[in-house]
Amino acid sequence: MEFFLVTTLNSLSYGLLLFMLSSGLTLIFSMMGVLNFAHASFYMLGAYFAYQTSTYLGFWPALVIAPLAVAFLGALTERYGLRTVHRYGHVAELLFTFGLAYIIEEFVHLLWGRAPVEYKIPEILDFSAFSIFSTQYPAYRVFMMLMSVGMLACLYLVLTRTRIGLIIQASLTHPEMVEALGHNVPSVFMTVFAGGAALAGLAGVIGGNAFVTEPGMAASVGTIVFVVVVFGGMGSLAGAFIASLIIGAVQTFSVAFDYSLATLLTGLGVQLNTESAWYELWKVTIAQAAPVLPYILMVLMLIVRPKGLMGTREG
Amino acid sequence: MTPILHWKRLALWSGAAALMIVLPLVFSQSFAISMMSQMGIAIMFALSYNMLLGQTGMLSFGHAVYFGLGAFFSAHALNMIGAGTLGLPVTLLPLIGGAAGLAFGVIFGYVTTKHSGTPFAMISLGIAEMVAACSLMFPSFFGGEGGISTNRVVGEAVMGIDYSSAREVYYLIAGWCFVCMIAMFALTQTPLGRMANAVRDNAERARFVGYNPTRVRYMMLMLSSFFAGIAGGLAVVNYELVTSESVGVVTSGNVLLMAFIGGVGHFFGPIIGAILVTFMQSALSNYTLAWLLYFGLFFLVMILFAPGGIASLVTLHKHAWHAGQMKRLVAPYIAAGASGFVLLLGLIGVVEMTYQVETKKEQAGTLMNLFGFAFDASTAQPWIVAIATMAAGSLLLWGASRLVRAGWHDVTVAINAQRGA
Repeated sequence: MEFFLVTTLNSLSYGLLLFMLSSGLTLIFSMMGVLNFAHASFYMLGAYFAYQTSTYLGFWPALVIAPLAVAFLGALTERYGLRTVHRYGHVAELLFTFGLAYIIEEFVHLLWGRAPVEYKIPEILDFSAFSIFSTQYPAYRVFMMLMSVGMLACLYLVLTRTRIGLIIQASLTHPEMVEALGHNVPSVFMTVFAGGAALAGLAGVIGGNAFVTEPGMAASVGTIVFVVVVFGGMGSLAGAFIASLIIGAVQTFSVAFDYSLATLLTGLGVQLNTESAWYELWKVTIAQAAPVLPYILMVLMLIVRPKGLMGTREG
Repeated sequence: MTPILHWKRLALWSGAAALMIVLPLVFSQSFAISMMSQMGIAIMFALSYNMLLGQTGMLSFGHAVYFGLGAFFSAHALNMIGAGTLGLPVTLLPLIGGAAGLAFGVIFGYVTTKHSGTPFAMISLGIAEMVAACSLMFPSFFGGEGGISTNRVVGEAVMGIDYSSAREVYYLIAGWCFVCMIAMFALTQTPLGRMANAVRDNAERARFVGYNPTRVRYMMLMLSSFFAGIAGGLAVVNYELVTSESVGVVTSGNVLLMAFIGGVGHFFGPIIGAILVTFMQSALSNYTLAWLLYFGLFFLVMILFAPGGIASLVTLHKHAWHAGQMKRLVAPYIAAGASGFVLLLGLIGVVEMTYQVETKKEQAGTLMNLFGFAFDASTAQPWIVAIATMAAGSLLLWGASRLVRAGWHDVTVAINAQRGA
């Protein structure tokens, strides 16, 4: 029970973090048709910028400065990169962001080295918020959840209750009409791209110190975020939300289980030893298989329901 | 359309064959031979990749899966040949790789090719990640961190060839490479190859003509994974080692870079890309730790300014050359080249100094040597020089790019005038 509650809370905070990333990705995708490969790189930059800022100014200024800096980079990327390659088609756009991810990783190597940096949780949040039976639950995790939920509430309100949000929604489906009504659609695109980058940056700021800030973090989270977006349905925010929580739970829970098919078979009375056929497959524990599970889920989803959980379009 | 056995085409292919035979006799140093072997493998891999991206319009981020799995199966087959449980000449080993690649193409292709465009790209990446993660889960097949090592000098020597020397391996690779090149080229001339182009350009119309785009994509993916598997099998013969890196995302990205830099719109584009990228990787990595950064920047510049790759630049200039208009471009190109060189010098200065100060300081200090100048990277002066060089280079390049544009404008006008006359 104790284990279950703690792991549920952990998976919730991780899932919300995933959603901060996948919401930006899926918004950018549904608006511009661009799958942003560099999205997770913005997450990484957010963490590194926050680390650098926090060494001079502390955590709280970093919480504001780092996402803004990432948003600025995102705006530059859209204005001078993506808009230029847009006329060459979607493949070129995709490849551009792919190349950008490559370069950002190398820049991080260049500036901060290959080893993880010491980006720590601020002392003021380094206490236990409450205890579940005997486990002290860290306050920082609670802070993460509050931040993500607050951020997502803001996102929802901006998208549905403000003028710019309505223009964004309209530009998703009818860009020509919106343009004809006198709105500057390219600048809306730039805003959305910068906003998505800022969300990713913020996720980096609050996730970088909870997990680890290292040059590989973009690659490891990036593909998971892709899985989330495919699983939830391309371009669907609600789908991305559910998928984030599911994938977050799968990843968090699976590392804790030390059972394998061999355990099950032995329990059923089947004798297994190293000579048995497929022995390696049987003895793989769920914890060992944890890195593969999200991808297997994705492939299963594609076989059963190719457009994803809540997706409306297919390919 | 040129007939398939036109004399020009025959001359081109025989020329390529002759070149592949003569090259190791001219460049006989061992590093040159090993680099040419790598190039041969890269050419096959990049061409097989271009069957997807260039010919069918499928952007895959997981092509290394077929290459790597082909390599692992070949490595195990080679070990079995060594143990005497499998009677197969080493010369035919790549067929095992090809068969393995094909088998996995049949399995994964069934799931992936139901989609096209961006979803296909994402799913191919997901599959690649899945296989890469699996490769660390099953150490008895994938060899864990160390990989599977093997020995190629096994089995009966056929006509005295036992692959104990690097040159014999080169000729094995070159032979397979040539055969595969012809096969892949011939495929572009078949109805399937033509339908693949139709599916790439407009899948809906292809469906209207009576073809199923999903099936065309599936068949192209299977064939392409077959050739990728052959390349994987040859990689095993060449390196006598295969690690889980070869199914990894980095390898997939690499082949994408090769095909794209070379030019996906032309059959010969990926060949140029494979040769150039392999050369850059082995040459640059000797000189600087930041070579991946330079390489990535080169890739971005190509996407922004030459999205058709080097092959498209070649065909672009062929028109100007035939019209006798190259002379208008010589001066602007010299200007652009010179200013680009200045910009590059400044950029290299900044990057290398950053590296020295940020990451190499502990071991090597801040004293460094670049382009024959010795200086201390912790002082301001070299930074000012490098940044000023960069700024000057950017300004000059901006001016030169206007010259180039004006030159091309004149060329187009002149060509149109010639056509009109």
